Amino acid sequence: MDERRLDGNAVGGLLGEVFTFEVTMAEAACDRCGTVAHVGETMAYVTEIGTVVRCARCDNALIRIAQNPRGYFLDLRGVSYLRF
Amino acid sequence: MSEGFVSRGFRGRRRQTDDRLPPGQYLVEGFPVLSAGPTPRTPLDEWDFSISGEVDEPKRWTWEDFQALPSEEITRDIHCVTKWSKLGTAWEGVSIDTLLEGVETAAEHVLAFCDGGYTTNLPLEDVTGGRAWIAYAHDGKPLEPEHGGPARLLVPHLYFWKSAKWVRGLQLTTYDIPGFWESLGYHNYGDPWREQRYWGD
Amino acid sequence: MAEIRHPRLAWQFGEVVETHPATPRAKSLLLDVPGWEGHKAGQHVDIRLTAEDGYQAQRSYSIASAPEDNRVELVVERLDDGEVSPYLTDELRPGDKLELRGPIGGWFAWEAKDGGPLFFVAGGSGIAPLMAMIRHRAAAGSDVSCHLLYSSRSREETIFAEELDQLAASDGSLQVFHTLTRSQPPDWTGYARRIDRVMLAEVSPEENPLAFVCGPTPLVESVATELVGLGHDARRIKTERFGPTGG
Repeated sequence: MDERRLDGNAVGGLLGEVFTFEVTMAEAACDRCGTVAHVGETMAYVTEIGTVVRCARCDNALIRIAQNPRGYFLDLRGVSYLRF
Repeated sequence: MSEGFVSRGFRGRRRQTDDRLPPGQYLVEGFPVLSAGPTPRTPLDEWDFSISGEVDEPKRWTWEDFQALPSEEITRDIHCVTKWSKLGTAWEGVSIDTLLEGVETAAEHVLAFCDGGYTTNLPLEDVTGGRAWIAYAHDGKPLEPEHGGPARLLVPHLYFWKSAKWVRGLQLTTYDIPGFWESLGYHNYGDPWREQRYWGD
Repeated sequence: MAEIRHPRLAWQFGEVVETHPATPRAKSLLLDVPGWEGHKAGQHVDIRLTAEDGYQAQRSYSIASAPEDNRVELVVERLDDGEVSPYLTDELRPGDKLELRGPIGGWFAWEAKDGGPLFFVAGGSGIAPLMAMIRHRAAAGSDVSCHLLYSSRSREETIFAEELDQLAASDGSLQVFHTLTRSQPPDWTGYARRIDRVMLAEVSPEENPLAFVCGPTPLVESVATELVGLGHDARRIKTERFGPTGG
């Protein structure tokens, strides 16, 4: 057992700080080709089903967001990091 | 904040009652295009279609092989989860039954994969029995890239996001793998007549 | 259903205080948004409409007013087969409430302290966020060199035509170039074709400008490509595409 292990609740404050940044100004690193670009510089495809934010260089799906009656679904699989 | 708020005079798209329309759908005459990425343009000499995964022997067709397969003319109504429906759309393509002829499999699911990375999952039984095709022509003309050309999956009895554009193959699996939209809150099966738009519908 | 917790992104109400035609096909909406905390020139808002049966439709519109203005101005171009824009241009009237959230976006934005020189390229209603920047530049007393190249179909479809003329007439460091792609007045001396590389080279400020390009996707992509081809630093070109998802 690792005594340093905490509940996720313990990082609520930190996550709260993290998830209030101005997202278009953040830099996103593409998990496929490594290109780093501001989110505002990427390519967005906005559809009635959902939105896909793609790498401007390789078209990898960086961020997928669906907003439907089951909630907001945020998939960041295509991003290796966000820096802001 | 917006609880009970109504935008004065806003009705949204007219919704119609027509017994050919599943609940909540409205009729369109045009053919709306919904694109979640750039339109892939794979040259036909690089295009192929494959059946892979849980099969005794994977299969693969080049564009030329594919054109030589027996094709069918299909006329069906299509229904998009964004609520438009289009009646009597005409297609030409190869039945999935034809592609699966002689394939031995214990799979119960398929995952369609496409140029551009899109995927969608379906029960194997929904793409067999004359219910699904790989379509390469629409209205008597080669399928345009914006509508999924050179070839798209056509499964008209389910919401149209299941009819994957730019399809390149089917992966047969013994377990279910939620696809691109199915993993983001959209219904795993997507029957328009039961209005299965979202998880839990 | 989850709500975005970012306090600035909560849905709120604005009240329409004035509407007037911007062109025969576009309308300018002036909104009073209680508690509006201000915006940066170039940012946009999301608008959400709700029908009586609960049906909702949502679109994004750039803010055309300067941050210094206490009202939020949006310019809505009517798309005949649209769902939201015909409501906003034909039905909405002063006194109506409009649900919105914002301001959104920090990438396609300019503040006087960011400096210049500036090169703005707009197509059609893509003028809106650039107009916010031009108005902000004037209100803030900035004298950085600013060139605007604006493509419209005709003079009557040129949004903010008079205001742009007036601003340019009273400000030596602001230059406005129009191109009218479909029809031109008889005495027209400006450009009369789609924006191309030659035109961009002719009107661009000389030294390494900060470029903002806004309009329909094909225009934005071709302008951005040509600017890079002309030697502009790609990192100093910011784009905002108006896709066909609007309506």
